[in-house]
Amino acid sequence: MKTEKYQLNKNLAQMLKGGAIMDVSSPEQARIAEKAGACAVMALERIPADIRAAGGVSRMSDPKMIKEIQAAVSIPVMAKVRIGHFMEAQILQAIEIDYIDESEVLSPADDAFHVDKSQFEVPFVCGAKDLGEALRRIQEGASMIRTKGEAGTGDVVQAVRHMRKMMGEIRALTVKSADELYDAAKQLAVPYELVKYVAENGRLPVVMFSAGGVATPADAALMMHLGAEGVFVGSGIFKSGNPEKRAAAIVQAVTNFKDAKLLAEISEDLGEAMVGINENEIKILMAERGK
Amino acid sequence: MRKKIGVLALQGAFIEHIHMLEKLGATPVEIRQKSDFTPALDGIILPGGESTVMGNLLHKTGLFEPLRNALAEGLPALGTCAGLILMAKNAEDSAHKHLCVLGVTVRRHGFGRQINSFSTEGDFAGQGQVPMVFIRGPYITAVEDGVEILATAQDKIVAVRQKNLLGIAFHPELTGDTTVHEFFLKKVLTND
Repeated sequence: MKTEKYQLNKNLAQMLKGGAIMDVSSPEQARIAEKAGACAVMALERIPADIRAAGGVSRMSDPKMIKEIQAAVSIPVMAKVRIGHFMEAQILQAIEIDYIDESEVLSPADDAFHVDKSQFEVPFVCGAKDLGEALRRIQEGASMIRTKGEAGTGDVVQAVRHMRKMMGEIRALTVKSADELYDAAKQLAVPYELVKYVAENGRLPVVMFSAGGVATPADAALMMHLGAEGVFVGSGIFKSGNPEKRAAAIVQAVTNFKDAKLLAEISEDLGEAMVGINENEIKILMAERGK
Repeated sequence: MRKKIGVLALQGAFIEHIHMLEKLGATPVEIRQKSDFTPALDGIILPGGESTVMGNLLHKTGLFEPLRNALAEGLPALGTCAGLILMAKNAEDSAHKHLCVLGVTVRRHGFGRQINSFSTEGDFAGQGQVPMVFIRGPYITAVEDGVEILATAQDKIVAVRQKNLLGIAFHPELTGDTTVHEFFLKKVLTND
């Protein structure tokens, strides 16, 4: 991929900042999400909570369904491919998807290699639990990172753990001396240049969102305080009692995450939140897929 | 006297504008809610992002009316990409009309989806060549009388000025080039 294209792809992620990206599984849901203020939608046949419930192998969604969602909304449309499945990625590129999520939420297609994202014209977002994972994905060509969290659980604890680890590791690099950075690159198993960038700038070289387990406006605001530049909300919206209202409240929470008084107002009367599964009740830890 | 410039910070690439203003010696003020929008501002920037999101939040925050009135009454404003769409009087897809203060018609995503995003260079308002980055960018399909065309790209109108309003289809905040922001601070703010 040409440097210019990579730059443009990183730029699109910059436009999404301060926004909420919502999982949708039909054109109707996509329209609800857009109307509520989603800055992009993730088109997938089954949202993570349902993937969890159904079990079995989960794959890229039907291109027809994705195209219907592209036709239904004017905001960017993203879709997921299995880790390492570069043919699914080529298919999504062929239908001019705006962003590909190489996602641990689907069943991995390759247990050793991720997609060589540098070979694509369209941008990729990838999940990461820590700084090493994030920088490895960036080296492979990801132009946006999301912390993994644990999708489809409605439990924010893993998202918090991953974001705290990521931000802590970034902060630790900023105070290291030049010679220590060489060793940090070795420890993180990533190129020195990327480590140097993080140390000098105190941030990843791409936009970073939070994902997995966000179910309430308070959850979204929490992730913004911890360092997210925006949030992905999956099952939390369309598994709740009043998706329209909850979606709109989460959008507002991302913008005004510092205003607790406003958060109190928008958190009122949202109806049932998704039921959720606690960490120790989970059978499959999706976040452990792809390192 | 340092100029105080509001930057609409509801969603999108507003930090980039803030950095640009700091670089040029102006004082940026984040506008996230109605109480942030005070008469003390010398101008305002409407950044890139998703116009649907910002339009929605302008209403939810109660910023819509005071902002529209201020722009109509002459508050200098720079709108980039989604910011241009927010200011435009007409959109080819009429569901996407917002503040309706700038006499142009815009075509959202006129240049296509992300795979068609591109960067180029072109003259801006006789100030020389500037880099122009288009991210799912719009362009302007028609202008009313009194709207000055400042730049074109691929034969499409991509920058205009109507007195106090500067509308740009590309993203000057994403490059190191300060020409557009300087033009805003030096010419539009002083009504030159």
